[in-house]
Amino acid sequence: MFFTQVLNGLQLGSIYALVALGYTMVYGIILLLNFAHGDIIMVGAYVSWLVMAQLGLHPVLAIILSVAACTLMGVLIDKVAYAPLRNAPRLSILITAIGVSYFLENGAQLVFGADAKVVPAYTDIQTIQLGGLALSFPSVLTVLVTIVATVALTIVVQKTKLGKAMRAVSEDMGAARLMGINVNTTISFTFAVGSALAGIGAVLYAMAYTQANPTMGMMLGTKAFVAAVLGGIGSIPGAVVGGLLVGFAEVIVTALNLSVWKDAVVFLLLIIVLVVRPTGIFGRTMNEKV
Amino acid sequence: MALLSVKDLHVSYGAIKAVRGISFDINEGEIVTLIGANGAGKSTTLNTVAGLIKPESGSIELEGQSIVGLHAHKVVQRGLALCPEGRRVFTQMSVAENLEMGGYTRSDAENKETLEKVYAHFPRLKERRSQVAGTLSGGEQQMLAMGRALMSKPRLLMLDEPSMGLAPILVQEIFDIVKQLNAAGTTILLVEQNANMALSVADRAYVLEIGTIKKTGTGAELLVDDDVRKAYLGG
Repeated sequence: MFFTQVLNGLQLGSIYALVALGYTMVYGIILLLNFAHGDIIMVGAYVSWLVMAQLGLHPVLAIILSVAACTLMGVLIDKVAYAPLRNAPRLSILITAIGVSYFLENGAQLVFGADAKVVPAYTDIQTIQLGGLALSFPSVLTVLVTIVATVALTIVVQKTKLGKAMRAVSEDMGAARLMGINVNTTISFTFAVGSALAGIGAVLYAMAYTQANPTMGMMLGTKAFVAAVLGGIGSIPGAVVGGLLVGFAEVIVTALNLSVWKDAVVFLLLIIVLVVRPTGIFGRTMNEKV
Repeated sequence: MALLSVKDLHVSYGAIKAVRGISFDINEGEIVTLIGANGAGKSTTLNTVAGLIKPESGSIELEGQSIVGLHAHKVVQRGLALCPEGRRVFTQMSVAENLEMGGYTRSDAENKETLEKVYAHFPRLKERRSQVAGTLSGGEQQMLAMGRALMSKPRLLMLDEPSMGLAPILVQEIFDIVKQLNAAGTTILLVEQNANMALSVADRAYVLEIGTIKKTGTGAELLVDDDVRKAYLGG
């Protein structure tokens, strides 16, 4: 029982962490709270439903196409909606992000209808045996995939040329240009990576909750945002820790039979962090650039 | 032919005209300096040549080829590097990573070779290569900013206020390095408020006043010019 709850917390927390990573990366590079980020997960879930339930194709293809669609969607949103506003006041681009979010939610409702679609199971394996314990396979898979994705992301950001360029752009866009770094390409790359992680999150989410509906990304995205702020927005380890904290908070509240309170507890966490430590757990105080 | 030739350059920030029709040339191997008071348009000129700002009109040619309208990251590839005002090193990255960013447009093999040359000019950077740049002193950060700009193997190195905010002894050190870099074959365009220092190292100089060129001559001539002495050298 206890282990099941721990695993549930890890599973939910991992999904939040994957989504929070995208939030935090985009914020880190262009200081934008990309409120459309959660809705990308909705897109991924619908693609899985389309590929498996409508076209009857293999789940592996559904996974690949879902992640690819999310990646493409993220880059496209940046190019179409945010890139033209690169030099506009930050409030304009923030409002645009909210607009993109509504556009995606209502667009999905228009195309697929308001009712939830059932995403078929990606795999028949439901449990795995580990030292006498029967563990939920989707839970274990979610945790493992998140670990691999986080390690891979850390390597990309710390060691690769594009990753270093990302860090340079996030610190000083003008100086990065002077190095010969193509800032627009670097920003697109950031959106691509963040959205690919959201795509992975979408598949894992659909695996756990087996449905897609137009507004599913809203609450998920908002909670991932809370996770990113909790960990310290802009910080990669912060997003992971924040995601896990939010996941565990929800699971604990649910285990105490107070599940109607679980959303409230997450936002209470946000309020506490904003009051006590606005920079989050791993956040740095940033000096405003003049 | 001049290495860099700027003709009748006009630059505005909205309604404010910052540069009003300036022209200057830089020949291969020279140190040329632009001096002038705050707001004379010196930094604007460098930022425009580097592609960070689009000019209203005028031409900028590198060896006869126009570079007007090129994005800053393309200008670097043509062989022009700007070491910006206020150093602007990447404070959260290590010294080595900063230098690596400087060589962003170059191959790894080339960077390896250039890095050794940069470390030869700035031994202190080699000692501190794994240190985070934000923890360096002001002088060291200036050296890092210069080394970083050199990593792109520029034909022309533009230095914007390299002595700003540094102790006199460090100012001397920075200018010694500027002379060394020039002796090693780098052409330099230097913008300075420390006119005395700038004129003493420069082959030629242009005096900027409210966006126009007021005077030009060799560094030695302007050092003894009455108007220049009164306005910029404290009598």
